[in-house]
Amino acid sequence: MIRFVPRERTPVWLTVAVSVGAGLVALLLTAIPLALSGAPVFTAFALMARGAAGDGFALAETLTRATPLIFTGLAAAVAFRAKLWNIGAEGQLYAGALATVVLGAGLVEAPSYVLVPLVLLGAAAAGAALLLVPVLFKTRFGADEVVVTLLMNFIVLLFVQMMLEGPVKDEMALGWPQSAPVLDEATLPKLVAGLRLHWGLVLAVVAAVLLHVFISRTVWGFRIRAVGENARAARYAGLPVGKAMALVGILSGGLAGLAGASEVAGLKGYLTADLSPGFGYAGIVVATLANLSPLGVVPSAIFIAGVFVGADSMSRAIGVSNYLADLVVAFSLLSVLVGGLLTRFRIVFVRREPA
Amino acid sequence: MHPDPRPLVLSLSGITKRFGPLTANDHIDLDIRAGEIVALLGENGAGKTTLMSILFGHYVADEGAIHIADEAGRLAPLPGGSAEAALAAGIGMVHQHFALAENLTGFENIVLGTQSLWSFGLGRREARAKIARLVAESGLAVDLDVPVARLSVGEQQRIEILKALYRDVRVLILDEPTAVLTPQEADGLVATVRKLAAKGLAVIFISHKLHEVLALCERVAVLRGGAKVADRPTAGADRATLAELMVGRAIPQRERPPSTPGAPVLSLKEVSVGNPGQRDRLENASLDVRAGELVGIAGVSGNGQGALAGLVAGLAAARAGEVTLDGQRLTSADPAGRVTAHVGRIPEDRHRDGTIGALSVAENYVLESIGDPENQCGGFIRRGDIRVRAAEMIRAYDVRCPGPDAAIRALSGGNMQKVVLARALEGEPRLVLAHQPTRGLDIGATTDVHRRLIAARARGAAVLLISEDLDELFVLSDRIAVVHAGHLSPAMEAASLDVRTVGLMMAGHTAGEAA
Repeated sequence: MIRFVPRERTPVWLTVAVSVGAGLVALLLTAIPLALSGAPVFTAFALMARGAAGDGFALAETLTRATPLIFTGLAAAVAFRAKLWNIGAEGQLYAGALATVVLGAGLVEAPSYVLVPLVLLGAAAAGAALLLVPVLFKTRFGADEVVVTLLMNFIVLLFVQMMLEGPVKDEMALGWPQSAPVLDEATLPKLVAGLRLHWGLVLAVVAAVLLHVFISRTVWGFRIRAVGENARAARYAGLPVGKAMALVGILSGGLAGLAGASEVAGLKGYLTADLSPGFGYAGIVVATLANLSPLGVVPSAIFIAGVFVGADSMSRAIGVSNYLADLVVAFSLLSVLVGGLLTRFRIVFVRREPA
Repeated sequence: MHPDPRPLVLSLSGITKRFGPLTANDHIDLDIRAGEIVALLGENGAGKTTLMSILFGHYVADEGAIHIADEAGRLAPLPGGSAEAALAAGIGMVHQHFALAENLTGFENIVLGTQSLWSFGLGRREARAKIARLVAESGLAVDLDVPVARLSVGEQQRIEILKALYRDVRVLILDEPTAVLTPQEADGLVATVRKLAAKGLAVIFISHKLHEVLALCERVAVLRGGAKVADRPTAGADRATLAELMVGRAIPQRERPPSTPGAPVLSLKEVSVGNPGQRDRLENASLDVRAGELVGIAGVSGNGQGALAGLVAGLAAARAGEVTLDGQRLTSADPAGRVTAHVGRIPEDRHRDGTIGALSVAENYVLESIGDPENQCGGFIRRGDIRVRAAEMIRAYDVRCPGPDAAIRALSGGNMQKVVLARALEGEPRLVLAHQPTRGLDIGATTDVHRRLIAARARGAAVLLISEDLDELFVLSDRIAVVHAGHLSPAMEAASLDVRTVGLMMAGHTAGEAA
């Protein structure tokens, strides 16, 4: 018989070990369908590793893919810390991307040291505004934010498509539904010439550090943690529960909006309706794998990005579907959720006497 | 000593149970004879619950054996780890929290689970006859044909006991049976238990109310730290000796020095809180709590204490009437406003309302005051200062914990309550609200809470104590008011009251009727 005994305290190494272990277990589990499909398992994993980090180019590609995942991972981490279940990062990302092209594609003309901050701020504000609606619905009327944020994703995506066919449409794009390109002054510079890697990565890492400091060192970060851990006791102690929730909404939506700005202004240069292959949802996995720690989000996002990039490369080389990457991501989430049991409980085996 | 002529019905020998490094039960022997009423005394964590769980088959003992008398009176070993076997062998238990289906009638609850699936509807008459006989024998009169949700707590308890008797128990375990009863109901229960014992039922009475143990039980077994430290007749024992056996040291006497109350700090004038449909509400309640005075609120829980505590703590606003604190009108629900108005608040449920389990001892200590200049600078938390002050608090309040950074959920209830107390009494509050401040605490921690409340009163604070424990109220209060079904009696001088009067008022009689 197995018993779960609650732990009084969880050492930090164990939390890290569980996250790393979950990633490894996910890769191991993926070997099963890989073998079933007849592919050479070890070759496949070797190709995947090489595709993700085999050379400078591969690594740069992984980090480029990790950039939006860090932003959406942070968005999920800060929201989930406060038990605000924001499933709408995908929509907030598109809202940020739309704000980026609205502000950055000619509406405002200014030098880049003005325009880049303006574009980033606008994108963050758009994402934040989008999440504030469900937060207010939650605090005022008790509406379930999971449902509202999830459904708003579809509304936003349809709205973006409408805008791409209309006001922000690029007249030079021969009828393709894409936006006008952002001005050079609104573009985030490349980090290394010739690679796709851009300054968005630096912004994302800085955002992770700032969020970590904010959550752990500031009064409002304390209030957010308190509300997230026990909203009843926080209210009893006189903490401003509603304001803390609104602040979480602003932070989480704003970070997701920055993911959109970074993709448009740093990578693509314009907006299309297929800008994000589900970065908003993948951010939830990234945050969970990082145990909701802002600093942990960075390696966690790089791992998930590496899986995607590596799987792409492997599927080209040996003809296995790159859906395998989604499988690894799904297995990671399941493994880390199971692994979470280990951080909260000690597992004790007891021999049961025959009755 | 001459041998007891009554036959043994239950014999525990050498029961040992370990949970990791903790020995919850350490070679406990306990014999119980037919018709005997034995008290099982012990503080929280002494091992009472573990022992009863082993007896009931929820746990399996690591060592030791249980023997129980069969129909013919021969002792036979009871297989461990099986609740069915325990029930079949005639062990019955009435838990502190009842296990009744609230939408079924008393009759249905009693027979529930005793009838075979295939004979539904049959045997009703026999069941009726048997219950009628049990009621006549035990004196447990109760309406069996209304849903139990409509019965009072005391009546529900009678159903629980009848349920056990209906299953022909030979050993009945009563877990803190008087905790939810008015004194009169408790007297009724004592009479019933005596009657049942006289017919040969063995009773194990778990309680921490020493005077009840002394009045009802002929023998008392005391557990401390998992071991049985005493097993003696109650004759010749008094409360002080039993308390010392439980705690393992002498208990300091609580002293309440006289004090001259000043001006009212908290004043309620015809205040109503909550919907008229709720039971836990206040209707036209008036009360003054003066500086340097401790006012106790007695009542069976759920009769308006929650509404009163919520009002004072700032969770609820008055629907009608006037509430003033130091002459200032309180109009809205505003917990933060109560903090700034120097109201120290000790909530009823320290896990749910009083602490945030995942945060550290230090963080819980500054939960209310995190925005104050001594705790933050420019929005950043002064972590070093807070840790130092928390360490001082840990010393001053003797909080047993690994340190200020330990998660507070790792602390025992008593130590957790000390942190809540330290936070509530920080900055010498004008008014202290203590709602069930000693619930679930052991004698040592309870004494500590009492001492702190008396000290707050001595320095001139107004203290409002809401409690279900009449002993606590009589020891600490200058004046006592009783709340029943939302109606608050006038506060009366505690010295002029007796337990009987307060008990009648708790059951809904007015002061005039009760006197």
